[in-house]
Amino acid sequence: MSCGQTILDYGLRAIGIGEKLLPRTEFDLCTQVTLIGSGLIWNLYFGFFALLFGFFLANALAMAKASARPWIRKPAEGFIFLFRGSPLFIQFFLAYQLFVLLPRAGIEIFGITVATGWLTKAWAGALIVLILNTTAYSAEIFYGALQTVPKGDLEAADAYGMTGWKRFRRIVWPTMMRLAWPAYTNEAIFLFHATTLVFFSSFPAFAQQGDALYYANYFADKTFNPFVAYPIVAVYFILLTLVLISLFGLVNRRLNRHLPGAAKRIRYRPQLIR
Amino acid sequence: MKKLMLAAATLALTAGMGLAAPVRIASEGAYPPYNLINDKGDLDGFDIDVGNEICKRAELECVWVKNDWDSILPNLKSSNYDAIMAGMSITDERKQEIDFTQNYLPPAASAYAALSADTNVGEGAVVAAQTATIQAAHVAESGATLLEFATPDETVAAVRNGEAQAAFADKDFLEPVVAESNGELSWVGEDVALGGGLGVGIRKSDTELRDKMDAAITSMKEDGTLNGLIEKWFNETGMYFGPDGTGVPKAEAKITPPAS
Amino acid sequence: MFEYCADPKSLEGLVWLSCYLTSGTHMQFYASFGTVLLLLAITAPIALLFGFGGALAARSQVPPLRWFGKIYTAMVRGVPDIVFFMFVPIALDQLFEYLRSRVYCDTSVPVRQGSDFVVCAAAKLPRATSPEWMHDAYGFFLAVLAFSIVFGAFAANVLYGAMNAVPAAQLETAEAYGMTRRQMNRRILIPQMWAYAVPGLSNLWMILIKATPLLFLLGVEDIVYWARQLGASKTSSFAYPHPDWRLYYFLAILIFYLLMTAISERVLRRLMRHLTKGQATLAGEAMRKAAA
Repeated sequence: MSCGQTILDYGLRAIGIGEKLLPRTEFDLCTQVTLIGSGLIWNLYFGFFALLFGFFLANALAMAKASARPWIRKPAEGFIFLFRGSPLFIQFFLAYQLFVLLPRAGIEIFGITVATGWLTKAWAGALIVLILNTTAYSAEIFYGALQTVPKGDLEAADAYGMTGWKRFRRIVWPTMMRLAWPAYTNEAIFLFHATTLVFFSSFPAFAQQGDALYYANYFADKTFNPFVAYPIVAVYFILLTLVLISLFGLVNRRLNRHLPGAAKRIRYRPQLIR
Repeated sequence: MKKLMLAAATLALTAGMGLAAPVRIASEGAYPPYNLINDKGDLDGFDIDVGNEICKRAELECVWVKNDWDSILPNLKSSNYDAIMAGMSITDERKQEIDFTQNYLPPAASAYAALSADTNVGEGAVVAAQTATIQAAHVAESGATLLEFATPDETVAAVRNGEAQAAFADKDFLEPVVAESNGELSWVGEDVALGGGLGVGIRKSDTELRDKMDAAITSMKEDGTLNGLIEKWFNETGMYFGPDGTGVPKAEAKITPPAS
Repeated sequence: MFEYCADPKSLEGLVWLSCYLTSGTHMQFYASFGTVLLLLAITAPIALLFGFGGALAARSQVPPLRWFGKIYTAMVRGVPDIVFFMFVPIALDQLFEYLRSRVYCDTSVPVRQGSDFVVCAAAKLPRATSPEWMHDAYGFFLAVLAFSIVFGAFAANVLYGAMNAVPAAQLETAEAYGMTRRQMNRRILIPQMWAYAVPGLSNLWMILIKATPLLFLLGVEDIVYWARQLGASKTSSFAYPHPDWRLYYFLAILIFYLLMTAISERVLRRLMRHLTKGQATLAGEAMRKAAA
């Protein structure tokens, strides 16, 4: 089988397009690279949507944590502690068990039956866990940045007569983002790495549609050789990380465009965040 | 001082040579009644009873090792243990990678269990099976959508909560589950015969061990002890070994109950 | 465990529960919490050592050593740790046995026979004649090593950053005094770097705690393994039949981890306060002002 044919057959296998059965006898490099690459679609899907939703939720949560009212602050602190204080792996296990407990027929809310079956599927259930997880981590980052917004900036805003929402939108929030961005970049990288855990916790693979690590595991299982499939995953993730760093770098440059000389490369220290 | 150490080294070497290395046998411990962890925390089950009897007859010293199902073959191949007895069916695909002894359980039926007896398990259905089993391969080929789980127990849980329409596994594993479900679970369709029965998996390079164990299984088949162990662990409808080594119903088999 | 547990099927309620929770398998479950703590206790110092070596290598003036250090520190940024865990233990195991086979075995016999990896009995790790606990210990040792390599790379990142944070003037002064590079490292760089490294290292400790559930992927019987094993529904062929209880077991594990992180956070905050006292850093300055 030519490599082009393999790509046609398995390039989109992870989302159910192409060959129905996984390769049984052909384990050449092309097949492995193609199928593992197709699995990467899932990692991208999980990472992208978790970041997207997580970003907005984290902003709200950071504000809640900074609130002076205890009945807003305490729940926010509890949520952040719960998700930052426990392993993502256990969160996946628990969430799956909880989703499974929901009544199959759906829940009735105000006379409308809400279906629950989709929650046990990886595309929804695992995504929810990832969103909540990244929300907690990002909220802590944003909260930290909010606390370090320079006093001078706020005083200047006051001098201009800015108050309330306007002050927040034009002064506080942009500064907070600028300060939080390097750390948030690391969070994004970690989040994409964490997506590999989905099919290794308890979310089942549906019709053998899994992520990059799922297929790498399949090949390692069939060929009894872990030294090809896993390094392929590693290379894919190195590329993904480089793309992420450059994309976030662009945003960083925009956030810092008013500061002379500050828009240079961010220094990434992944260990300082999680 | 140096001399003393040298002497100690030679002593250790000869001691190592005099003692035959024990045969290490791996099992999963999550597939009752084939293999399970009993409440004392030890491996137990049909595989373990048969294995101990084989070792006794082949005069081997055996040690049991617990290993997860998904890494059970790779660890055999990299010599972390010498044999697998984990309800593993003899299949052509596995035979390309490892050797098997003759079977110690006749080809067993696999069956579908679902919430109602008229569930569709063919085209369009979602069927749960354990990853990397012959049942999983069968479901993938049957046209149904395969939902994979790491342990057999999770496949049944998936049917209970409606995530999958049916679970497909060895009938002997599903039997007590269905029987004790108070009518919640029932059988669907005909049983499917898969594989060539259960065999002891052994590295291809280890022909000596395979021959020894083969001989032991032959003698266990001849005097009916193997049938005795089948009777001990499985229900009435299971298959037994006939005089010619093929599967026969219980009535036609010679059964010697285990000593204890 | 208790006398009255001889016939579990006749028991009910709390008595049943007390017997159930003290069964042999549960004892092994409780012991596996110790396994996790032991892993943490052993891995942390080894990873710190690896990180130290990695950071010094990355600052080295010998190019090959520097490249090695840079690659080592960079690898954890690009590749998910779980990918390393999937093959590092197997790779290490085969590497050790291959090296030993070159010494103890007939070297004309290839170690790869087809897709089998076979070395002679003398090179086997651990030896097939070793008692079972040796096999368990070896598996645990491989897990510790895999964790240490990955977290060593994280630690190397922290320490590399901390070493760079030591003011250049300090090192220049040392050079002016005629110190060699070794002396500079030992007398100036390393003592000063700790204050900068502690926040990063505390964070790393928290990450390490939260990575321990991955142990079960490495074949170690840890708390996740036992929670899955014990929580799975049990038919009446078991002494204590019950439905699917995995949710409760995982809740117990969740509480364990929340406690671990909460206690660690408290201890680390104290340590940090202790370390910043009198330091010429922002936090140290703030403490001085607050006291005054």
